Amino acid sequence: MTAPIAVGAPVERAAPAPAPSGLVGRMQARLRRSVACLVGGTVLAAVIAVALLAPVLATHDPIANNLADRLQPPSRAHLFGTDDFGRDVWSRVVWGARVSLEVALIVVGVAAVGGAGVGVVSGYFGGRLDLVTMRVVDMMLAFPALLLALAVMAGLGSSLLNVIVAVAVAFLPRFARVQRAVTLTVREREFVLAAVALGGTHLRVLARHVIPNCLAPVLVMMTVSAADAILVESSLSFLGLGVQPPAPTWGAVISDGRSFLQNAPWISGLSGAAIMVTVLGLNLLGDGLRDLLDPTLRGEGEEAVR
Amino acid sequence: MKRFLLQRLSFLALSVFGAFTIAFLVMRLIPGDPAQVMLGDYATKESIARLRETLGLERPVWMQYVSFVGRALQGDFGQSLVTQRPAFYEVFSVFAPTMQLAAAGALVSMLLGIPAGILAAARRNRPLDYVTTTLALSGMSMPVFWLGLLLLFLFSFTLGWTPTIGAGAEGGWLSTLHHLLLPALALGLSLGAMVTRMTRSAMLEVIRQDYIRTARAKGLTELLIIAKHALRNAALPILTIIGINFGIQLGGTILVETVFARPGMGSLLISSIYQRDYPQVQALVVVFATSIVLVNVAVDVLYAAFDPRVRA
Repeated sequence: MTAPIAVGAPVERAAPAPAPSGLVGRMQARLRRSVACLVGGTVLAAVIAVALLAPVLATHDPIANNLADRLQPPSRAHLFGTDDFGRDVWSRVVWGARVSLEVALIVVGVAAVGGAGVGVVSGYFGGRLDLVTMRVVDMMLAFPALLLALAVMAGLGSSLLNVIVAVAVAFLPRFARVQRAVTLTVREREFVLAAVALGGTHLRVLARHVIPNCLAPVLVMMTVSAADAILVESSLSFLGLGVQPPAPTWGAVISDGRSFLQNAPWISGLSGAAIMVTVLGLNLLGDGLRDLLDPTLRGEGEEAVR
Repeated sequence: MKRFLLQRLSFLALSVFGAFTIAFLVMRLIPGDPAQVMLGDYATKESIARLRETLGLERPVWMQYVSFVGRALQGDFGQSLVTQRPAFYEVFSVFAPTMQLAAAGALVSMLLGIPAGILAAARRNRPLDYVTTTLALSGMSMPVFWLGLLLLFLFSFTLGWTPTIGAGAEGGWLSTLHHLLLPALALGLSLGAMVTRMTRSAMLEVIRQDYIRTARAKGLTELLIIAKHALRNAALPILTIIGINFGIQLGGTILVETVFARPGMGSLLISSIYQRDYPQVQALVVVFATSIVLVNVAVDVLYAAFDPRVRA
């Protein structure tokens, strides 16, 4: 069947959906991704600024009760309203940014260094070690991060440090997977073979040649994992198993507002929006970075590493 | 195929074993004396000694591990400290509502995500694609418990269409369904975002293939190309990804059950952690993990049955 050629839109049918092949298509795709990077980066920078400036931006003490002002709707005095203890929700959200970003930063740092370390050794040396390591990693990847984190929290008990430990443990295997995959390809490249042929020690080859060439995918993974870490941390806090009250965390504020959802929806509503904006910023940045750094995936921007 | 099956089965065995190990570690991670922690500050010396005896805490760690795995393989996780009934039995009393929720959530996510993903792929780099992918990314960035609360606020409190909590009256399937609606929607929307992205990339992968170019060259309509040639080839990867996401799905039920105060494995897990009912936590961790791995392996095997290329 042939469609009649529509006057005025002759190109439409000729180029339906294939990869952006022409220069213009590629540039468009790239521009869009840079927009993702730009928007995501800006959002993230704003959230970081809020967290750093928390003492200045918070209009009230985030944990001071003021029962006279309980459950006030948003107003000039209380930007995000107040909760059932009369605490200022805006101030709690602002200080909560610190907790979330802190946890995300440390978790991702620890998981990336630890996981990538395991992955690079496993991929570079291969053999039986690789086989055993990857079986364990596959097994851990089969379980949801939240379940792993809950199991660790159940044993260790609730505290900021334990949240970090639990989430970092849950995130280690994904970094090991990504790092191993990249290492396997980098290992076969000429410059690595040359370094080995020149008599470089394993340590030197790894540190000077292999690891620096594996950074891009790990960086993308770090960004996306930071988003996930914030989601898992706030889930734990929401369940009452994370950082303990009265510390202001986003998950805890949502949980506090749950009982007053009908009459004071701003408590859960606005604190959840803070999580969403932050996580969206990180996800956008991750998507954009993935496409900028990995030309083979450009424009696909998908779940290869998730 | 035989080799592939063997490989998947060994993965299954290893993962179940891993689940046992994680469950065992839960108890070992407890700082101090687990018996003391479980019984609380007011426990007598005798009752602590008795529990230590029951849990076998006096023996070396490796012996505890071996006996734990041995008993767990028979479904014996000891008694729940709260109900005094076998912990494994307690899990199965709440197994059904959780699986209903997970299945309903999966259904919603597929109904939503697959068409959206196909549409986005077919209209790649056009406004519709941007809108869909942006929405999907936003959905993925929402905490599922917050989404649940938003739905609760809108549909239960403001519109009064759906009940707020629980899983419905015993035996009434209509009531069960009514209570399932909102939780399934929360879970399904959240997962649908991910399914959309994955469907889109699976479709884009297929659209690049030569047989699609052939179909185009034959002058088939775009609709026919997408529906008959692309979708049929992308279907398997899409379904596989959904199966593999079953794990994430079950992680989500823990949160959704808490938001909607639904009985289930997730809410039991949380209350057991609160009550320091460790045998119950261990049994739940094992059942959760085993269900996830079983589904994953089943999906893998099905995939191989349909696609000979995987078996190599």
